[in-house]
Amino acid sequence: MLPQASTIAPHIDSLYNFIFWISLISFVGVVAAMVYFIIRYHRSRWDPFKTPYITGHSAMETSVSVGLFILVMVIFAWGWKDYKKIVSPPQNSLEISVLGHQWFWEFEYANGKKLTNELVVPKGRPVKLIMSSADVIHSFFVPNFRLKQDLVPGTYTTLWFQATQTGEHPVFCAEYCGTGHSKMLAKVKVVEPTEYARWEKEEKKEKGLNPAEVGKELFTKKGCNVCHTVTGQALIGPSLLGIFGKNEELADGKKIQVDENYLRESLMQPQAKLVKGFPPVMPTFQGTLTDEEVNAVIAYIKSLK
Amino acid sequence: MEHHGESQGHHKSYLEGGGIGSWLTTLDHKRIGVMYLAATMLFFAVGGIFALLVRLELLKSGPLFSPDVYNKFFTFHGAIMVFMFIIPIIPAALGNFFLPIMIGAKDVAFPRLNLASYYVFIGGALLAFLAIFFGGVDTGWTFYTPYSIRSATSVILVTMGVFVMGFSSIMTGLNFIVTIHKLRAPGMTFHRMPLFLWAIYATAIIQVLATPVIGITTLLLVMERVLGIGFFDPKLGGDPILFQHFFWFYSHPAVYIMILPGMGIVSEVITVFSRKHIFGYKAIAYSSLAIAFISFLVWGHHMFVSGQSAWANFLFSILTMLVAIPTAIKIFNWTATLYKGSIHLQTPMLYALSFIFLFTIGGLTGLFLAALSVDVSLHDTYFVVAHFHYVMMGGTVMGLLAGLHYWWPKMFGRMYPEIWGKISWAFVFLGFNVTFLPQFWLGKMGMPRRYHDYGPEFATWNMVSSVGSWLIGVGFLMMFIYFLWSLKRGEKASSNPWNGKTLEWQLSSPPTTHNFDHVPTITEGPYQYGVLR
Ligand code: HEC
Ligand SMILES: [Cu+2]
Repeated sequence: MLPQASTIAPHIDSLYNFIFWISLISFVGVVAAMVYFIIRYHRSRWDPFKTPYITGHSAMETSVSVGLFILVMVIFAWGWKDYKKIVSPPQNSLEISVLGHQWFWEFEYANGKKLTNELVVPKGRPVKLIMSSADVIHSFFVPNFRLKQDLVPGTYTTLWFQATQTGEHPVFCAEYCGTGHSKMLAKVKVVEPTEYARWEKEEKKEKGLNPAEVGKELFTKKGCNVCHTVTGQALIGPSLLGIFGKNEELADGKKIQVDENYLRESLMQPQAKLVKGFPPVMPTFQGTLTDEEVNAVIAYIKSLK
Repeated sequence: MEHHGESQGHHKSYLEGGGIGSWLTTLDHKRIGVMYLAATMLFFAVGGIFALLVRLELLKSGPLFSPDVYNKFFTFHGAIMVFMFIIPIIPAALGNFFLPIMIGAKDVAFPRLNLASYYVFIGGALLAFLAIFFGGVDTGWTFYTPYSIRSATSVILVTMGVFVMGFSSIMTGLNFIVTIHKLRAPGMTFHRMPLFLWAIYATAIIQVLATPVIGITTLLLVMERVLGIGFFDPKLGGDPILFQHFFWFYSHPAVYIMILPGMGIVSEVITVFSRKHIFGYKAIAYSSLAIAFISFLVWGHHMFVSGQSAWANFLFSILTMLVAIPTAIKIFNWTATLYKGSIHLQTPMLYALSFIFLFTIGGLTGLFLAALSVDVSLHDTYFVVAHFHYVMMGGTVMGLLAGLHYWWPKMFGRMYPEIWGKISWAFVFLGFNVTFLPQFWLGKMGMPRRYHDYGPEFATWNMVSSVGSWLIGVGFLMMFIYFLWSLKRGEKASSNPWNGKTLEWQLSSPPTTHNFDHVPTITEGPYQYGVLR
């Protein structure tokens, strides 16, 4: 058996087992009936010209349908209940960005530390991965956590988990991505929180700029400051102070919560969603900013509180 | 059914007369059906060889072929099996042959369109096969973007092949719908139609409505590759997930294009070999339509972890669960038909019963994948591979083999050798389970699909699975040999070797070119077996 190394794993396994037993019972029922009929009513024992004329039994069919309907709705509801947990990361999650490449994984921490094919996380603390891909679609899959999420180029997807077992847990790429697909392996190294704190600190010393600092430099280098302040004052464009997580009102009257995907879109296709009260003059940074620079700018905007 | 004095002893069978030229230009639905059968079985053999190569690579951990070669193998296996074998074979081969006969007609509504659809199909298939000589394709049969935009292989040839073959599928579907509506013999009401025809009818509706979408999708993909338009490429502001929506909007209904005809065959074979009226005729007939309808609303269940919104997942999961109901009704009704029947375990029946056995496993494992949280862990693993092989091969292919053995005497006037039929069945059935049952376990342990190589934790079951594939291979090899052998040497078949009640069994084996000399009049349903109350 696979270890249950995340808080969600036992929940997923319970539903798996529930469906497994239901299925086994149904299957044995069908096969037992089939085998019994085959033996009992085999032609050697049962005159082919004396079979009774039975054309159906609607009450039986209806009760099978209704019974089954209830059962599958139970399975659905149970699946949905756990799935909602899977897609709702807690507020205090430790955020780490993940970039999938053909054919390796890159993990970047808030302090600027980068790891390849190894993700170090503390045990017992929710971790939220903010993931994208540099080339084709990949899928981050940790069997011991029972979790997986695709990484799609051009957008961010997220996956959160809380590890419950220290040690190394294998990571596979589950979405076919070419030659090295089956070699696109990594591991999640789960350590005790104290050890993690130590590791984080020592890594900090030897690092240069963290993503938010890189983003701050880009903000002037790429001329964002021509149109945006970070002080709350609007210029040509709105101030970017404290916009992350805020409900932004758009020109078409809709409201949208500012998250990583919205920010990315604001840079790549600024005209797609316009902030209310501002002209559509922001240039696109598609091709001007690399994926990593986009991540850095977003980290900077997130840090403006 | 009433028999209106067919006197066809002096007429020539449809197989006689004319050289190869008269076959290639024939408008006879039976000859076209046979030509479809020959072509699709050939493609099946090719797809099967690729399957064996895939399993050979996976026999042991460590490379045998290079990853790129392996990736082409599984792509060809999937694309050939889906687009050139399993989608066309039952409707276009067996449906073409038997649909007009079973409604008491002399041909399909548009015989020329029928022949055209054959050549369009062959043309599309050749286009796709051309890719083998131009570097192959390595995208998987799903052609997911942006991989398929960047892949240096012959994506265009194969997707254009799929595009062209789609037209053939639409033509066949259209032809069948019109034929069923317009050419039924007097007295052949919808509710007196054999269930095989209900299944073909439901299939034809999906073919006509869904296939245009794959056509457009492949076309957009080709434009994207050639002109760099930017529908799907994020580098150009496109959305790669949009492709998945388009693709599955066709390819999920297509799953039912594949399975419904197999279900239809099982309904025929079960009744004939238990000499019982089908249990719940209307429930089976209408559940085919229900499945066809729901099939259009569940495509998103292939994309639960693609990043689509949680609410989309909510809807797709709940709708997917509903598919279980018409499916289970069918399984229930087939099993109930056996009750107090007089069961004759000839090869067609063995395959029909295998269908129930294997398809039940395929259906039940679908529940795991429809449940959102469990799917997050199982998606894109070998669990899925096992699941759809139990449905497609354990379902459709078993249904096909039931039908092929059942109708072989009618189509070619010769019996297949029963004893070899049973031996080969044993290899196929056991081999199938040895191959695919372990894959559920592999998937549960976390082995992703489309893997060229794997770690030691997956070694044992992969080896078992590969050995199973050889058993299947042996079974099919036997079958190919005895079918071909029987064409010339098989025992001559009587007009009704199984005591069937549907119209085809009233014709000589093989039928004459015009099927019926006089239009038959139908006065009762197709399954009037047993002691009438
Ligand atoms: C030519 C002026 C201009 C430049 C240069 C510019 N922007 Fe903008 N930006 C705007 C305007 C105007 C808006 C509001 C209209 C809209 O939503 O496009 C905006 C909107 C935004 C938003 C959405 C804000 C919200 O409240 O929802 C973000 C984020 C943003 N810009 C970031 C940037 C960054 C980062 C850069 C530099 C890489 C940049 N902009 C460069 C003019 C500019
Ligand atoms: Cu990958």
